[in-house]
Amino acid sequence: MTYRIALALVATLATPALAQDVRKGSLTISQPWSRATSPRATVGAGFLTIRNAGARGDRLISATSPRAERVEIHTMSMDGGVMRMRQLVDGLAVPAGGTATLAPSGNHIMLIGLKSPLKAGERVPATLRFARAGTVTVQFAIGGAGDAAPAGQNGGRK
Amino acid sequence: MSDSRTRGLLRGTALATVLTLGLIVTVTGCSRQPEASGNGATTSQRAGPGGPFKLVDTQGRTVTNETLKGKPYAIFFGFTRCPDVCPTTMARMELLRKRLGTEADKMNVVFVSVDPEHDKKEDIASFLSMFDAPVIGLTGDPAELKRMEKSFKIYVERVPLPNGDYTIDHTARILLFDRDGQFVDTMDAKEPEAQAVTRLKRLIDA
Repeated sequence: MTYRIALALVATLATPALAQDVRKGSLTISQPWSRATSPRATVGAGFLTIRNAGARGDRLISATSPRAERVEIHTMSMDGGVMRMRQLVDGLAVPAGGTATLAPSGNHIMLIGLKSPLKAGERVPATLRFARAGTVTVQFAIGGAGDAAPAGQNGGRK
Repeated sequence: MSDSRTRGLLRGTALATVLTLGLIVTVTGCSRQPEASGNGATTSQRAGPGGPFKLVDTQGRTVTNETLKGKPYAIFFGFTRCPDVCPTTMARMELLRKRLGTEADKMNVVFVSVDPEHDKKEDIASFLSMFDAPVIGLTGDPAELKRMEKSFKIYVERVPLPNGDYTIDHTARILLFDRDGQFVDTMDAKEPEAQAVTRLKRLIDA
């Protein structure tokens, strides 16, 4: 019994994704991550998943980060081989009982006017503002420059 | 039931057609090769993307369609402030080069900036320094870039953002050219890795 508890504890500690989860009200924000940027880069993209366990929908309306002059919520689409990126001026809906996903090839948090390059291995804070849940601060885990998924997850670069 | 069978049959026919066309392209491609080694072949007669261009690399050296001849190349058009598809495509090329091993140096990877307004040589060099692959980063005169985008059939549109800045919609496919500078095919960064490696090997061995 004690052994099992210890094992469960070890398993929990060994799963960084769980450690990164942030809860606020009925929202759970998981696995915020971003990519290392080049020395002269001025922008970076952040990704995360927002689950809404509540009965009422919420909306990610804005964000800020001490590392960027401005943070916006963007969407990206591929249409006939053409990449298009747009700002979601009204933010991103997080439906009741549903999930809003910000992931490569889709929605992302755009860090604009980086004050210093994002370095692989560091954590970059950002505060998300939701219409209902209020503000939540997350730490983006910075991976490799061209990573397709957060470090340690299948699909990552290394 | 019968409807789905018809659809299946149609799909089969379509596949057969694609395969047949592919075969024709391959065959004509092979028979054309000896002629292409002479100087009679003109790129303008071909329907595929490509054509003459004259740009500069990150060290200020002139790079043209002629100087690239001798090795096949994979060319991608993007910009350094593109936060997603451009870095992941470069990372993809880095990975494919690793899979190619010693063969990797028998081809070139080329990145052309579609944002001459922002991307100076230094910005492109800085962007490419993030990837463990020798990529030829190109920029140049905006009018020359426009001509090249047109002949390479790359869609590029500068789109203003509400914040006063701009982004660039652009074709995000990788174009493959053979050692004679003739267009071979396009490649999608999301194509299965093994398949992509096989295609690059074929390009190198051709």
